[in-house]
Amino acid sequence: MTVALERPAIAATKPVRRRRFSLGAVAPYLQSAPLALILGAFLLLPIIMIVVVSFWDYDFAAMYPDFLTTNYSDVLGSWVTWKTYLNTIKFAAIVWVLTLFIGFWVAYFLAFHIRTTAMQMVLFLVCTVPFLTSNIIRMISWIPVLGRNGLINSTLVHMGLVPKPIEWLLYSEFAVVLAMVHLYTLFMVTPIFNTLMRIDRSLVEAARDAGASGWQVLWNVILPLAKPGMAIGTIFVVTLVMADFSTVQVMSGGQSASVALMMKNQMSLLQYPAAAANAVVLLVLVLLMVAGILRIVDIRREL
Amino acid sequence: MSHEKRTLEFYVLAAFFALFVLFLYGPLSAILILSFQGETGGLTFPLNGVSLHWFANLFERQAVGDFGGSFKRSLVLGLMVMVVTVIVSLLAGLAFRRKFRGATALFYLAVASLVVPSIIISLGIGVVFQQVGLRPAWYTSAFGAHLTWTLPFGVLIMFAVFNRFSPAYEEAARDLGATSWQTFVHVVLPMIAPSLIGVGLFGFTLSYDEFARTLMTSGTFNTLPLEIYGMTTNVTTPVLYALGTVTTVFSFLVILATLGAILYVGRHRARA
Repeated sequence: MTVALERPAIAATKPVRRRRFSLGAVAPYLQSAPLALILGAFLLLPIIMIVVVSFWDYDFAAMYPDFLTTNYSDVLGSWVTWKTYLNTIKFAAIVWVLTLFIGFWVAYFLAFHIRTTAMQMVLFLVCTVPFLTSNIIRMISWIPVLGRNGLINSTLVHMGLVPKPIEWLLYSEFAVVLAMVHLYTLFMVTPIFNTLMRIDRSLVEAARDAGASGWQVLWNVILPLAKPGMAIGTIFVVTLVMADFSTVQVMSGGQSASVALMMKNQMSLLQYPAAAANAVVLLVLVLLMVAGILRIVDIRREL
Repeated sequence: MSHEKRTLEFYVLAAFFALFVLFLYGPLSAILILSFQGETGGLTFPLNGVSLHWFANLFERQAVGDFGGSFKRSLVLGLMVMVVTVIVSLLAGLAFRRKFRGATALFYLAVASLVVPSIIISLGIGVVFQQVGLRPAWYTSAFGAHLTWTLPFGVLIMFAVFNRFSPAYEEAARDLGATSWQTFVHVVLPMIAPSLIGVGLFGFTLSYDEFARTLMTSGTFNTLPLEIYGMTTNVTTPVLYALGTVTTVFSFLVILATLGAILYVGRHRARA
């Protein structure tokens, strides 16, 4: 902190002044040290450990330090793994498209159609509050809606639209995607809303004055300026879906798989090195995706 | 612009927004209603009478593992994470106002913490503790795992706050003879207080609801989300909904209290 450093200024003697100078230069290091230490201990070290362990040998009881590549050849050589990775990427793509579409229009409505700041904040909070409640509870809450005797099915049957309950509403890939969109759209709304709010309104007026139609303003002015927000939202949604196992497990009723779910199953069988190899592959994949998105946007400038 | 007539676009988007809100809250209200299910009722509509049976059921040990204990652990853990997140994010935010070696690396490390899949962090911390010979526990390994999720949010928020923070206020205070400590306590801190409260809310709720990162790191005793996750597979009565209602109501109370605090701080400042 800058705090303690300037105190001796009253004394203003030369040695003190010199000391102050060096402390001032040290201050940011002291201030950032706790963050660096925590992330070092609980993020960097565990990831390094995973990379190390992914080369180890193991049996049903323990792991043994070694340098084997069999864990990787098992991961990359298995047809099931490839299918699981493709399935996970498919979920990510579908959920990304849906959340981007919903998120943009919701943010656009809030930013450009609500006229008072107070109302904007209230409606934005209405969107944010569910994000601060338990994900698992929000997943479970679909059961009485989508289930075999759930609200939708009983309504449809009652109205005579379908002869018997639709089976694929719950415990299916449809349910997984629906729940993911439900859980993650807010991660898209918030950054897009943030960038839209920072668009200079006179740009929109200038475009109108120059004869642009509503759609032209939207397509040629607002959409390009909203790209950074969309990119940040995309990072959130894609990484969350790629890492998901609980939604896939609960909402597909065990009928669908994701990479993280596969890892979780390996972990429960104590096959840590196998899970670690999977973790490395997944991590590389996710980081490549994020790096690709970061080429479009400089996050530091967008905050 | 404010006197323009509402266009068709407005009504279409308003309807879309309303549907979105219904989509967000509809299912939640379904379990809220169903948690008052009568004693003979099941997991879906219709209601077979109205009762508090399932709420009472919640506090019987046989019905749901250890609800009271896991709730207490999640609460304490959430508070621990909240305090550390606020302090560490504030310090890091102050650090990032100046140039220092490794600033960019640290910033991207924080971003990485946000994008690294949570199950990988869970696995990594679990393996590190195992290799070092430490016993994982919710107040050590899970605590650290939660911080890797809450700190990046806190740091990014503080980063954004200080990006918009004009140094003119501090210069004015210094010109009036305030020491750095006085400037920090009486000028900077009150101005960023609402954001700090926001960071605290994030820290608490993200930890309170966190689940994937706790999976391999909680040790012997479960936190509340783990307890609920276990229940999704083996509990088939509305007691599950009662638990959902109780935790959601608790989350809402926390959010309301935080908003109240932010408004109070804001008004207090406006008066001063």
